[in-house]
Amino acid sequence: MTENTAPLRVMLAKIGLDGHDRGVKVVARTLRDAGMEVIYTGLHRTPEQVIEAAVQEDVDVLGVSLLSGAHMPIFGRIFELIDALPSAPRFTLVAGGVMPEEDEEELRRRGVAAVMGQDTPPEAIVEMLRRVVAETAAR
Amino acid sequence: MTKRNPLASEDLVQEVTAQLKAWEEDELASFLARTPESRDSYVSGSGLPVERVYTPAHLPASFDEIGLPGQFPFTRGPYPTMYRGRPWTMRQIAGFGQAEETNQRFQYLIAQGQTGLSIDFDMPTLMGYDSDHPMSFGEVGREGVAIDVLPDMEALFDNIDLENISVSMTINPSAWILLAMYIAVAEDRGMDLNKLSGTIQNDILKEYIAQKEWIFPVTPSLRLVRDCIVYCAEHMARYNPINISGYHISEAGGNALQEIAFTMADTAAYVDLVTSSGVDVDDFAPRLSFFFVSQADLFEEVAKFRAVRRYYAKMMKERFGAKNPASMRMRFHAQTAAATLTKPQPNVNIIRTALQALSAVLGGAQSLHTNGLDEAYTIPSEMAMKIALRTQQVIADETNVTNVIDPLGGSYYVEALTDEMEKGIERYMKQVEEMGGVEKAIEEGFFQREISDSAYDYAKRKASGDRPVIGVNKYVDEGADEKIEVHKLDPESEARQIARVKQVRADRDADRADAAMKELLRVAKDPSANIMPATIEAVRAHLSMGEITGALREIFGSYTETPVY
Repeated sequence: MTENTAPLRVMLAKIGLDGHDRGVKVVARTLRDAGMEVIYTGLHRTPEQVIEAAVQEDVDVLGVSLLSGAHMPIFGRIFELIDALPSAPRFTLVAGGVMPEEDEEELRRRGVAAVMGQDTPPEAIVEMLRRVVAETAAR
Repeated sequence: MTKRNPLASEDLVQEVTAQLKAWEEDELASFLARTPESRDSYVSGSGLPVERVYTPAHLPASFDEIGLPGQFPFTRGPYPTMYRGRPWTMRQIAGFGQAEETNQRFQYLIAQGQTGLSIDFDMPTLMGYDSDHPMSFGEVGREGVAIDVLPDMEALFDNIDLENISVSMTINPSAWILLAMYIAVAEDRGMDLNKLSGTIQNDILKEYIAQKEWIFPVTPSLRLVRDCIVYCAEHMARYNPINISGYHISEAGGNALQEIAFTMADTAAYVDLVTSSGVDVDDFAPRLSFFFVSQADLFEEVAKFRAVRRYYAKMMKERFGAKNPASMRMRFHAQTAAATLTKPQPNVNIIRTALQALSAVLGGAQSLHTNGLDEAYTIPSEMAMKIALRTQQVIADETNVTNVIDPLGGSYYVEALTDEMEKGIERYMKQVEEMGGVEKAIEEGFFQREISDSAYDYAKRKASGDRPVIGVNKYVDEGADEKIEVHKLDPESEARQIARVKQVRADRDADRADAAMKELLRVAKDPSANIMPATIEAVRAHLSMGEITGALREIFGSYTETPVY
C-alpha cells in the first residue's frame, strides 16, 4: 500500500490576529523530525486563505492552532467553507491550542478529528495524526 | 593585584578550595559509592549547569558588585528602603468586552485592595484594527477590552481618579494612539499631565522577536516609540512611556538568560534611538521601565532580577554616559509565568503561582501580577483573580519576607548565579552587535531562532520526563479534574461595540476629522517630526484607531514575517 510509504503532508495554520506561535512551531518541528512534510502558513491568515491553500496543496492533514479564545467563531467559519467546497476535502482537520473542554467536545462533534493542548507530548501528536489519517482513509 | 573590597580573602579561598577537594575525594566519594545522586548532572531552569554546593570561592571578586540598596550598581534593589517603605504595587491585569464592563471589573478590584490598574486590550485593539474590520472577526472584546474611539476610553476610565490611581496599558504597535486617548481624557477632565502616573508597554522590538503583534515595519514603528518617549519627557514627568519587556520572550519559549539578554539588547537600541534624536540620556532614562516573568526556578529567577539590574546600571553609566543615578536604577514589573500553568489539576496552579510570586518579591519587583488558576483555560474568573491577589497579600503580610532587603544577597549560590547571568547578557550583547544591531538581528531571525530552539528543547525535556510537570508527566490523576468555571463573553458585546464605533464616525464633525487626518499624514511623512500632537487632535476629532493605522499604512507600509522554526 502506497499510503504507508509516502510521508504525510501536513499544513499547520494560524488564523486571525492570534500571535501565539510557540506551540505551532514546536509541532511543526516535531512532525518534520518524524519524517512528515510540513507546510506552516505563518501568522495572521484568514479562514478563506487557509482552506484554499489546504485544498491546493493536497495535504493529508490541516492543523489549525488558536490560543486567543476565538476558536469557536473561527472554526465555525472553517466548517462553512468546507461545506461549501464542491466535494469533501481529502484532508483531516485537527485543532491545537487553549480551549475549554466543552468547546473541544463541540469541535469533535462537528468534524475536528483531534484536539491537542499545551500538555500533549510531541510523540503523542505524531501518533495521533497517523491514527486519525488512517481512520479517515478507512472511512 | 589586590581587589577593592574583596568578599573573601585569598587565604580563605585557598583554604576553602582545598577543603572542598578533600571532602569530594574522601567523604563525598565514599557516600556516592553507597548512595548515588538522582541524576548525572543538575541544571537550572535555563539549562545552566549548577554545582553541588557553593562556597566563598564562588563569590564575586568585590563587594562593590553587590553594594547597598538604592546605590550603584543597584544589584540589591532600586530604592534604599524597598518593601519597608511600601510593598510592591499589586497590579492585576483586567480587560474584556466593552469599556463599561472592564470599568466594572476595575471598580471591583479597587474595592478588593488592588493599588494600581492594568489594562488588557482585545486583539483588534492590540493590532490597530477597528472592531468592524473583517480581521477582527471573533476577537472583539474577547481577550481584553475593545477600544476604537475616544468615547470608549472615556467610558473605560469613568469614575476612576487618574491623578491618584496609576494605570498600566499593555499595548504595543498601536500604543501611541492609546496614549493620545489617555492624554485627551485626562486633559478634558482638567487634570495636570505632570501628575499622571502610569505605564504604557510600547515595546515594539520584542513584538517582532516574541509576541508577534505589529502593524508597520520596524523602522517607522521605532519612530513612533521615540515620539512617545520624547513627548512624555517634555509633558508627563511621572509617566513611563515604555515598558521594555522580557516576559513575552519567556512565554514564547526563551530561557531566563535569553529573556534578560534580549531585553537589554532592545533597551540599548531604544536609548540609542532617543539620544540620537538629540535628547540627553538623563532627560528620559529615569522613566524607562521594565517587565519580566517570574518563572519556576526560584533561585535562578532571583539571580536573574539581580543580574539584569546590575547590567543595566553599568550599561547606562558606562556606555550611555548617564550621570543621574535615577537613569541607572532599573524598576520592573513582574508577572508569574502563564506558560507553566496546567489544565490538569488546575488548583495546583495556585501553588505554582505563589512560589513564582515569591521569587519576584525576593528579587525586588516594584509591581506584580499573579496569574489566575484558570489561565490555561480562559480569561480569569472573578474568583480566580481574587485568589491570585490574596496570594500576593499573604506574601506581603504573613511571611515577613518584606522585612529585610535582598535577603538572598551574599548567598554563595545566588551571587555566583547572578555573576554568571550578567556575563551571559554580555555575551549575547556582543553577538547582537556583531550582527549589526537589533534591527539586523530581527531581520535575520536570530532572536526568533534562539527562542524557538529553547522552546523545542523544553518540549522535548518535558516529554521525556526530564523536566517534571506535576499532574502532566508526574503524579497524573486518573479521574476528572476540579470543575473550572469558564468566563463567558457577553454574546451581545461585539455587536454593541461595532454599532458604537459606526455611530461615533457618523456623528462626528466631518470637517474637523478631515483636517485632523490631513495634518496627521503631513506629520507622518516627516520622520523628524513628533507625531503625538497630531494624534491627540485626531482622536479628539473622533477618528478611530483603524482609520488612523489604515491611513498610515499607506505611508509606512505593513510588516509581514518570514517564520523561523
